[in-house]
Amino acid sequence: MAVQIAEVPDTGAEPDRQAFKPDLERIEIELLLEGIFRHYGFDFRAYAYASIRRRLWKRIEEEKLPSMSALQERVLHEPAMMEKLLLDLSINVTAMFRDPSFYITFRQHVVPLLRTYPFIRIWHAGCSTGEEVYSMAMLLREEGLYDRSRIYATDINEVVLQRAKAGIFPLERMQEYTDNYMRAGGKRSFSEYYTAKYGGALFDQSLTKNVVFSQHNLVTDRSFSEFNVILCRNVLIYFDKTLQSKVHSLFYDSLAMFGVLVLGSKETLRFMSHEECYQQMAPPEKIFRKVR
Amino acid sequence: MPYSIVAIGTSWGGLSALTNLLGGLPEEFPIPIVVVQHRSKDSDRLLAQLLGDATPLKVCEVEDKDALCAGTVHVAPANYHILVESGHLSLTTEEPVRFSRPSIDVMFTSAADTYRSETIGIILTGANEDGASGLAHIVKRGGRALIQDPKTAEIPIMPEAAVQAVPTAEVLGLDDLAPRLLELSRGAAKVDRRTAV
Ligand SMILES: C[S@@+](CC[C@H](N)C(=O)[O-])C[C@H]1O[C@@H](n2cnc3c(N)ncnc32)[C@H](O)[C@@H]1O
Repeated sequence: MAVQIAEVPDTGAEPDRQAFKPDLERIEIELLLEGIFRHYGFDFRAYAYASIRRRLWKRIEEEKLPSMSALQERVLHEPAMMEKLLLDLSINVTAMFRDPSFYITFRQHVVPLLRTYPFIRIWHAGCSTGEEVYSMAMLLREEGLYDRSRIYATDINEVVLQRAKAGIFPLERMQEYTDNYMRAGGKRSFSEYYTAKYGGALFDQSLTKNVVFSQHNLVTDRSFSEFNVILCRNVLIYFDKTLQSKVHSLFYDSLAMFGVLVLGSKETLRFMSHEECYQQMAPPEKIFRKVR
Repeated sequence: MPYSIVAIGTSWGGLSALTNLLGGLPEEFPIPIVVVQHRSKDSDRLLAQLLGDATPLKVCEVEDKDALCAGTVHVAPANYHILVESGHLSLTTEEPVRFSRPSIDVMFTSAADTYRSETIGIILTGANEDGASGLAHIVKRGGRALIQDPKTAEIPIMPEAAVQAVPTAEVLGLDDLAPRLLELSRGAAKVDRRTAV
């Protein structure tokens, strides 16, 4: 049945420089990731394979390299190439009030719990450029909880953390965010939170008064405190199941009893070792309460 | 059984085409099916519900790392790309490809790279050209391509682009797709009827 294949024009996503040997390619990728870990300390070995592979091929094509092994040679010998690859491998797409229904539910079901605490500690793990953190800060302020909250916002990637600290976001996204904000149950006018400045939307600096941005790697770093709320949305999807499970142990250990864990809208705790330690608060939202 | 995955892509007009195609398959259809249907980024689980009502197969919207299952239609959620891995599906929020997330090309390409000649790709009605290069990739990896006859498509742009990219694909009327899939699932007719003549 493979007879007609050769006649098909190659419009595939990657160059067909040699016949596709998936097992060999897997070896090459594993060697590259092992090399990166041993030489630079970044551990991508247990990231979801299809996504990693796609990102690696992007870099190979952009550098016009012949193979995965050629990329390995460059990455291991040129720190600048490693820098580039780090940016490729971290997918930083994010938005303010992404999944508005989550924020509504958070207001309805989690805020009442938080009101009973004198002091609230929140961890945004994998916060990317910070849009989610600013969204949460607005919500807490509107609910009168901001002043007793401390938010730790972490990411593996220094570059996005710098952007998060600066608090300047693209003006052209403000329409979308305004829309999200309203659907997320926002109580004020979204435009009160920013001014057009420096070619972007500069957000109210008092929103980050109680925010600490810092680098933290979920794969290799340890728990650094105990929290009432941990949000980790659309980060674990880039990990394989074993690594997901490991990071869930970290979250479990970092969460106070009756604390709340928030995942992305298409993520689950199913088959995770800590599944039965949580109760889903308001399905289908992925808000889980630690109950044991 | 020579096939491990059926990958389907469609946009405009997709709901009724999918209803027709999936409605023609029996509950015990043995190959996992993955569907990318373009839709607005806020649309909810409604698509999976509607399809579930139209077919005896189990239909679910994909959550990260869901296992691929026989007798199941895995529908890509709005606003995520879907990547086919060995035995399961991963989600990613990478930037849209050709303005689409989910992208048919992304799903097809990963299916082809994972399951190679065990992949069947199907392009249905649609108003853009997403899926054409993904379908070519499936064929390049030794898989099989089926395309809804543009004449029977609500919007012919997507199937036409696919035919252009994959001239060797089997082009079938909407009503003939389910029977053909069944035939392929039985391992029958391994030789393409058109190239066999
Ligand atoms: C798609 S963004 C999610 C942003 C935000 N949470 C959201 O849902 O909109 C994924 C983020 O995870 C970060 N990340 C990836 N691997 C990580 C790791 N090992 N430790 C910490 N952060 C990581 C990436 O740098 C990226 O900023």
